[in-house]
Amino acid sequence: MTHNPPTSTRKRFPIAIALVAGIILIGMITLFAIQMKNSRQDTLEIGSEIPDFTVTTFSGETYQKSQLQGKVILLNFWSSWCASCDEEGAALEEVWQEVKDKGEIVFLGVNYVDTEKDSLAFLEKYGITFPNGPDLGSRISRLFKVDAVPETYIIGRDGRLVAIQIGPFQSAEEIRAALELAD
Amino acid sequence: MKRQLFCVVIMLSALVAFVPQGIGYAQDTSPITDDQVNALAEELYCPVCENVPLDVCPTQACAQWRDLIREKMELGWSEPQIKEFFALQYGDQVLAVPPRRGFNWLIYVLPPIIILSGIVIAVRFVSRSKTQPLPAVEIATPADHAPLDSVINEIEQDLKRKQ
Repeated sequence: MTHNPPTSTRKRFPIAIALVAGIILIGMITLFAIQMKNSRQDTLEIGSEIPDFTVTTFSGETYQKSQLQGKVILLNFWSSWCASCDEEGAALEEVWQEVKDKGEIVFLGVNYVDTEKDSLAFLEKYGITFPNGPDLGSRISRLFKVDAVPETYIIGRDGRLVAIQIGPFQSAEEIRAALELAD
Repeated sequence: MKRQLFCVVIMLSALVAFVPQGIGYAQDTSPITDDQVNALAEELYCPVCENVPLDVCPTQACAQWRDLIREKMELGWSEPQIKEFFALQYGDQVLAVPPRRGFNWLIYVLPPIIILSGIVIAVRFVSRSKTQPLPAVEIATPADHAPLDSVINEIEQDLKRKQ
Protein backbone atom coordinates (compact mmCIF):
# COMPACT_ATOMS: atom_id res chain seq x y z
CA MET A 1 0.00 0.00 0.00
CA THR A 2 1.34 3.38 -0.93
CA HIS A 3 0.79 6.62 0.99
CA ASN A 4 1.61 9.89 -0.75
CA PRO A 5 1.90 13.03 1.44
CA PRO A 6 -0.15 15.98 0.22
CA THR A 7 1.76 17.92 -2.49
CA SER A 8 2.28 21.67 -1.96
CA THR A 9 1.35 24.26 -4.55
CA ARG A 10 4.89 24.98 -5.71
CA LYS A 11 5.36 28.39 -7.28
CA ARG A 12 7.55 28.30 -10.31
CA PHE A 13 10.48 30.73 -10.23
CA PRO A 14 9.55 33.60 -12.52
CA ILE A 15 11.25 33.01 -15.85
CA ALA A 16 11.31 36.75 -16.55
CA ILE A 17 13.56 37.43 -13.56
CA ALA A 18 15.92 34.65 -14.58
CA LEU A 19 16.02 36.04 -18.13
CA VAL A 20 16.76 39.59 -17.00
CA ALA A 21 19.46 38.37 -14.61
CA GLY A 22 20.99 36.31 -17.40
CA ILE A 23 20.97 39.22 -19.85
CA ILE A 24 22.58 41.52 -17.25
CA LEU A 25 25.25 38.92 -16.53
CA ILE A 26 26.02 38.36 -20.22
CA GLY A 27 26.12 42.13 -20.77
CA MET A 28 28.57 42.59 -17.92
CA ILE A 29 30.81 39.79 -19.17
CA THR A 30 30.76 41.30 -22.70
CA LEU A 31 31.65 44.77 -21.39
CA PHE A 32 34.45 43.29 -19.32
CA ALA A 33 35.77 41.35 -22.32
CA ILE A 34 35.73 44.47 -24.53
CA GLN A 35 37.56 46.43 -21.85
CA MET A 36 40.16 43.67 -21.51
CA LYS A 37 40.65 43.56 -25.28
CA ASN A 38 41.11 47.33 -25.47
CA SER A 39 43.57 47.39 -22.61
CA ARG A 40 45.65 44.61 -24.14
CA GLN A 41 46.12 46.53 -27.37
CA ASP A 42 49.27 48.40 -26.41
CA THR A 43 49.75 50.87 -29.22
CA LEU A 44 48.11 51.93 -32.42
CA GLU A 45 49.29 50.29 -35.59
CA ILE A 46 51.03 52.04 -38.45
CA GLY A 47 48.56 52.69 -41.22
CA SER A 48 45.53 52.69 -38.95
CA GLU A 49 42.95 55.45 -39.29
CA ILE A 50 43.21 57.82 -36.35
CA PRO A 51 39.87 58.85 -34.85
CA ASP A 52 39.07 62.53 -34.64
CA PHE A 53 40.44 64.49 -31.69
CA THR A 54 40.74 68.10 -30.69
CA VAL A 55 43.62 69.89 -29.02
CA THR A 56 42.74 73.16 -27.32
CA THR A 57 45.92 75.08 -26.63
CA PHE A 58 46.78 76.90 -23.42
CA SER A 59 45.96 80.14 -25.24
CA GLY A 60 42.55 78.84 -26.32
CA GLU A 61 43.11 78.00 -30.00
CA THR A 62 41.50 74.81 -31.23
CA TYR A 63 43.04 72.25 -33.56
CA GLN A 64 40.78 69.46 -34.76
CA LYS A 65 42.27 66.52 -36.61
CA SER A 66 39.41 66.35 -39.11
CA GLN A 67 39.98 69.98 -40.06
CA LEU A 68 43.68 69.37 -40.63
CA GLN A 69 43.06 66.76 -43.35
CA GLY A 70 45.64 67.16 -46.09
CA LYS A 71 48.31 68.24 -43.65
CA VAL A 72 50.86 66.17 -41.78
CA ILE A 73 50.33 66.24 -38.01
CA LEU A 74 53.13 65.67 -35.54
CA LEU A 75 51.50 64.93 -32.20
CA ASN A 76 53.91 65.05 -29.29
CA PHE A 77 52.92 63.94 -25.77
CA TRP A 78 55.08 65.52 -23.08
CA SER A 79 55.12 66.64 -19.46
CA SER A 80 57.01 69.20 -17.46
CA TRP A 81 58.02 66.44 -15.02
CA CYS A 82 59.44 64.27 -17.80
CA ALA A 83 63.23 64.19 -17.66
CA SER A 84 63.81 63.65 -21.38
CA CYS A 85 61.13 66.01 -22.69
CA ASP A 86 63.27 69.14 -22.45
CA GLU A 87 65.93 68.14 -24.99
CA GLU A 88 63.33 66.67 -27.28
CA GLY A 89 61.26 69.86 -26.96
CA ALA A 90 64.23 71.91 -28.12
CA ALA A 91 64.76 69.62 -31.12
CA LEU A 92 61.07 69.75 -32.02
CA GLU A 93 61.13 73.53 -31.82
CA GLU A 94 64.15 73.62 -34.15
CA VAL A 95 62.31 71.58 -36.78
CA TRP A 96 59.09 73.54 -36.21
CA GLN A 97 60.89 76.75 -37.09
CA GLU A 98 61.92 75.15 -40.39
CA VAL A 99 58.47 73.89 -41.41
CA LYS A 100 55.92 76.24 -39.85
CA ASP A 101 55.84 78.78 -42.70
CA LYS A 102 55.18 76.14 -45.37
CA GLY A 103 51.89 75.33 -43.71
CA GLU A 104 51.97 71.65 -44.68
CA ILE A 105 53.00 70.27 -41.34
CA VAL A 106 51.33 70.99 -38.01
CA PHE A 107 53.07 70.35 -34.71
CA LEU A 108 50.76 69.80 -31.76
CA GLY A 109 52.02 69.32 -28.23
CA VAL A 110 49.75 67.46 -25.84
CA ASN A 111 50.52 68.02 -22.21
CA TYR A 112 50.16 64.68 -20.42
CA VAL A 113 48.93 64.56 -16.77
CA ASP A 114 50.53 67.83 -15.82
CA THR A 115 49.63 71.08 -14.13
CA GLU A 116 49.09 74.20 -16.22
CA LYS A 117 51.44 76.34 -14.17
CA ASP A 118 54.37 73.93 -14.56
CA SER A 119 53.58 73.30 -18.22
CA LEU A 120 53.60 76.99 -19.11
CA ALA A 121 56.83 77.47 -17.19
CA PHE A 122 58.37 74.56 -19.12
CA LEU A 123 57.29 75.98 -22.50
CA GLU A 124 58.70 79.36 -21.61
CA LYS A 125 61.94 77.94 -20.25
CA TYR A 126 62.68 75.96 -23.41
CA GLY A 127 61.29 78.55 -25.82
CA ILE A 128 58.71 76.22 -27.35
CA THR A 129 56.35 78.08 -29.66
CA PHE A 130 54.42 75.39 -31.55
CA PRO A 131 50.81 74.90 -30.37
CA ASN A 132 50.54 73.11 -27.05
CA GLY A 133 47.58 72.31 -24.88
CA PRO A 134 46.45 70.20 -21.96
CA ASP A 135 44.93 66.77 -22.46
CA LEU A 136 41.64 67.44 -20.72
CA GLY A 137 40.28 64.30 -19.14
CA SER A 138 43.28 62.40 -20.61
CA ARG A 139 41.08 61.80 -23.66
CA ILE A 140 43.77 62.12 -26.33
CA SER A 141 46.36 60.07 -24.44
CA ARG A 142 43.76 57.33 -23.91
CA LEU A 143 42.99 57.41 -27.62
CA PHE A 144 46.67 56.88 -28.41
CA LYS A 145 47.17 54.52 -25.43
CA VAL A 146 49.95 56.64 -24.04
CA ASP A 147 51.29 55.41 -20.73
CA ALA A 148 54.60 57.25 -20.59
CA VAL A 149 56.12 60.38 -22.07
CA PRO A 150 57.52 61.48 -24.39
CA GLU A 151 55.70 59.76 -27.22
CA THR A 152 55.24 61.16 -30.71
CA TYR A 153 52.78 60.16 -33.42
CA ILE A 154 53.00 61.34 -37.01
CA ILE A 155 49.72 61.33 -38.89
CA GLY A 156 49.79 61.47 -42.67
CA ARG A 157 47.78 63.70 -44.98
CA ASP A 158 45.15 60.96 -45.32
CA GLY A 159 44.59 60.83 -41.57
CA ARG A 160 46.43 57.54 -41.12
CA LEU A 161 49.25 56.86 -38.70
CA VAL A 162 52.64 57.05 -40.40
CA ALA A 163 55.19 56.80 -37.59
CA ILE A 164 55.39 56.23 -33.85
CA GLN A 165 58.24 57.34 -31.63
CA ILE A 166 58.13 55.85 -28.15
CA GLY A 167 60.62 57.75 -26.02
CA PRO A 168 62.36 60.94 -27.05
CA PHE A 169 63.72 61.83 -30.46
CA GLN A 170 67.47 62.06 -29.98
CA SER A 171 67.99 64.82 -32.51
CA ALA A 172 66.35 67.16 -35.00
CA GLU A 173 67.62 64.84 -37.73
CA GLU A 174 65.50 61.99 -36.37
CA ILE A 175 62.44 64.23 -36.42
CA ARG A 176 63.07 65.27 -40.01
CA ALA A 177 63.51 61.63 -41.03
CA ALA A 178 60.23 60.68 -39.34
CA LEU A 179 58.40 63.52 -41.09
CA GLU A 180 59.74 62.37 -44.45
CA LEU A 181 57.83 59.12 -43.97
CA ALA A 182 54.63 61.13 -44.30
CA ASP A 183 55.57 62.52 -47.73
CA MET B 1 -2.55 83.04 5.49
CA LYS B 2 -1.85 81.03 2.39
CA ARG B 3 0.14 83.89 0.93
CA GLN B 4 2.26 84.13 4.10
CA LEU B 5 2.92 80.42 3.98
CA PHE B 6 3.86 80.68 0.32
CA CYS B 7 6.31 83.52 1.11
CA VAL B 8 7.91 81.47 3.90
CA VAL B 9 8.34 78.49 1.56
CA ILE B 10 9.89 80.71 -1.14
CA MET B 11 12.29 82.27 1.38
CA LEU B 12 13.32 78.89 2.74
CA SER B 13 13.87 77.57 -0.78
CA ALA B 14 16.04 80.57 -1.63
CA LEU B 15 18.02 80.06 1.55
CA VAL B 16 18.63 76.42 0.74
CA ALA B 17 19.61 77.31 -2.84
CA PHE B 18 22.26 79.72 -1.64
CA VAL B 19 23.82 77.39 0.89
CA PRO B 20 27.30 76.51 -0.47
CA GLN B 21 27.76 72.97 -1.76
CA GLY B 22 30.78 72.32 0.42
CA ILE B 23 32.71 74.15 3.03
CA GLY B 24 35.79 75.80 1.58
CA TYR B 25 39.19 75.20 3.13
CA ALA B 26 40.13 78.86 3.39
CA GLN B 27 37.28 79.73 5.74
CA ASP B 28 39.84 80.44 8.44
CA THR B 29 43.11 82.22 7.98
CA SER B 30 45.35 79.35 9.16
CA PRO B 31 47.68 77.99 6.45
CA ILE B 32 46.90 74.72 4.75
CA THR B 33 48.84 71.90 6.39
CA ASP B 34 50.46 68.89 4.72
CA ASP B 35 47.99 66.67 6.58
CA GLN B 36 45.06 68.50 5.00
CA VAL B 37 46.63 68.18 1.56
CA ASN B 38 47.43 64.50 2.09
CA ALA B 39 43.95 63.75 3.42
CA LEU B 40 42.54 64.81 0.08
CA ALA B 41 45.47 63.43 -1.93
CA GLU B 42 44.75 60.03 -0.38
CA GLU B 43 41.49 59.97 -2.32
CA LEU B 44 43.18 60.61 -5.64
CA TYR B 45 45.38 58.29 -7.66
CA CYS B 46 48.42 58.98 -9.78
CA PRO B 47 47.61 57.91 -13.37
CA VAL B 48 51.29 57.59 -14.24
CA CYS B 49 52.24 55.04 -11.56
CA GLU B 50 49.44 52.53 -11.31
CA ASN B 51 47.54 51.96 -8.07
CA VAL B 52 49.53 54.48 -6.05
CA PRO B 53 47.54 57.00 -4.03
CA LEU B 54 48.65 60.58 -4.54
CA ASP B 55 49.61 61.14 -0.90
CA VAL B 56 52.36 58.49 -0.99
CA CYS B 57 53.38 58.78 -4.64
CA PRO B 58 57.07 59.76 -4.84
CA THR B 59 57.17 61.08 -8.42
CA GLN B 60 57.59 64.71 -9.41
CA ALA B 61 54.23 64.60 -11.18
CA CYS B 62 52.49 63.71 -7.92
CA ALA B 63 54.41 66.38 -6.01
CA GLN B 64 53.13 68.92 -8.54
CA TRP B 65 49.62 67.63 -8.09
CA ARG B 66 49.85 67.93 -4.31
CA ASP B 67 51.01 71.53 -4.79
CA LEU B 68 48.00 72.07 -7.02
CA ILE B 69 45.70 70.68 -4.31
CA ARG B 70 47.26 73.07 -1.82
CA GLU B 71 46.77 76.00 -4.21
CA LYS B 72 43.12 75.14 -4.70
CA MET B 73 42.61 74.73 -0.96
CA GLU B 74 44.17 78.13 -0.35
CA LEU B 75 41.76 79.58 -2.88
CA GLY B 76 38.93 78.23 -0.75
CA TRP B 77 37.85 75.38 -3.01
CA SER B 78 35.88 72.64 -1.31
CA GLU B 79 36.90 68.97 -1.41
CA PRO B 80 34.25 68.00 -4.00
CA GLN B 81 35.26 70.96 -6.17
CA ILE B 82 38.91 69.92 -6.13
CA LYS B 83 38.06 66.31 -6.92
CA GLU B 84 35.80 67.44 -9.76
CA PHE B 85 38.60 69.62 -11.10
CA PHE B 86 41.03 66.68 -11.12
CA ALA B 87 38.46 64.42 -12.78
CA LEU B 88 37.85 66.99 -15.50
CA GLN B 89 41.54 67.61 -16.05
CA TYR B 90 42.85 64.07 -15.93
CA GLY B 91 39.84 61.78 -16.21
CA ASP B 92 37.70 59.86 -13.73
CA GLN B 93 40.43 57.24 -13.28
CA VAL B 94 42.28 59.56 -10.89
CA LEU B 95 39.47 59.32 -8.35
CA ALA B 96 39.71 56.59 -5.71
CA VAL B 97 35.91 56.37 -5.64
CA PRO B 98 34.28 56.48 -9.09
CA PRO B 99 31.83 59.38 -9.47
CA ARG B 100 28.14 58.54 -9.64
CA ARG B 101 27.52 59.32 -13.29
CA GLY B 102 27.12 57.53 -16.62
CA PHE B 103 28.20 53.90 -16.71
CA ASN B 104 29.72 54.29 -13.23
CA TRP B 105 26.21 53.90 -11.84
CA LEU B 106 26.47 50.21 -12.71
CA ILE B 107 29.16 49.84 -10.03
CA TYR B 108 26.76 51.14 -7.40
CA VAL B 109 23.55 49.59 -8.67
CA LEU B 110 24.56 46.12 -9.86
CA PRO B 111 26.16 44.66 -6.69
CA PRO B 112 23.09 45.29 -4.48
CA ILE B 113 20.84 43.91 -7.24
CA ILE B 114 23.02 40.81 -7.59
CA ILE B 115 23.19 40.30 -3.81
CA LEU B 116 19.42 40.77 -3.44
CA SER B 117 18.77 38.41 -6.33
CA GLY B 118 21.07 35.86 -4.70
CA ILE B 119 19.22 36.16 -1.41
CA VAL B 120 15.85 35.79 -3.16
CA ILE B 121 17.06 32.73 -5.08
CA ALA B 122 18.52 31.18 -1.90
CA VAL B 123 15.34 31.81 0.11
CA ARG B 124 13.16 30.39 -2.66
CA PHE B 125 15.40 27.35 -2.98
CA VAL B 126 15.29 26.64 0.75
CA SER B 127 11.52 27.16 1.02
CA ARG B 128 10.93 25.02 -2.06
CA SER B 129 13.05 22.20 -0.73
CA LYS B 130 11.05 22.32 2.53
CA THR B 131 7.67 22.12 0.82
CA GLN B 132 8.70 19.61 -1.84
CA PRO B 133 6.80 16.30 -1.47
CA LEU B 134 8.80 13.52 0.07
CA PRO B 135 9.27 10.40 -2.04
CA ALA B 136 6.46 7.89 -1.65
CA VAL B 137 7.04 5.62 1.36
CA GLU B 138 5.75 2.09 1.35
CA ILE B 139 4.22 1.10 4.67
CA ALA B 140 4.07 -2.58 5.33
CA THR B 141 0.73 -4.10 6.29
CA PRO B 142 0.09 -7.54 7.89
CA ALA B 143 -0.89 -8.83 4.48
CA ASP B 144 2.48 -7.74 3.09
CA HIS B 145 4.20 -9.78 5.81
CA ALA B 146 2.42 -13.02 4.81
CA PRO B 147 5.13 -14.46 2.48
CA LEU B 148 7.80 -13.71 5.05
CA ASP B 149 5.83 -15.48 7.81
CA SER B 150 5.53 -18.63 5.72
CA VAL B 151 9.29 -18.71 5.15
CA ILE B 152 9.91 -18.30 8.89
CA ASN B 153 7.48 -21.10 9.62
CA GLU B 154 9.27 -23.37 7.18
CA ILE B 155 12.63 -22.66 8.78
CA GLU B 156 11.26 -23.28 12.26
CA GLN B 157 9.78 -26.58 11.16
CA ASP B 158 13.06 -27.66 9.60
CA LEU B 159 14.86 -26.86 12.82
CA LYS B 160 12.38 -28.88 14.88
CA ARG B 161 12.80 -31.86 12.57
CA LYS B 162 16.55 -31.80 12.93
CA GLN B 163 16.26 -31.65 16.69
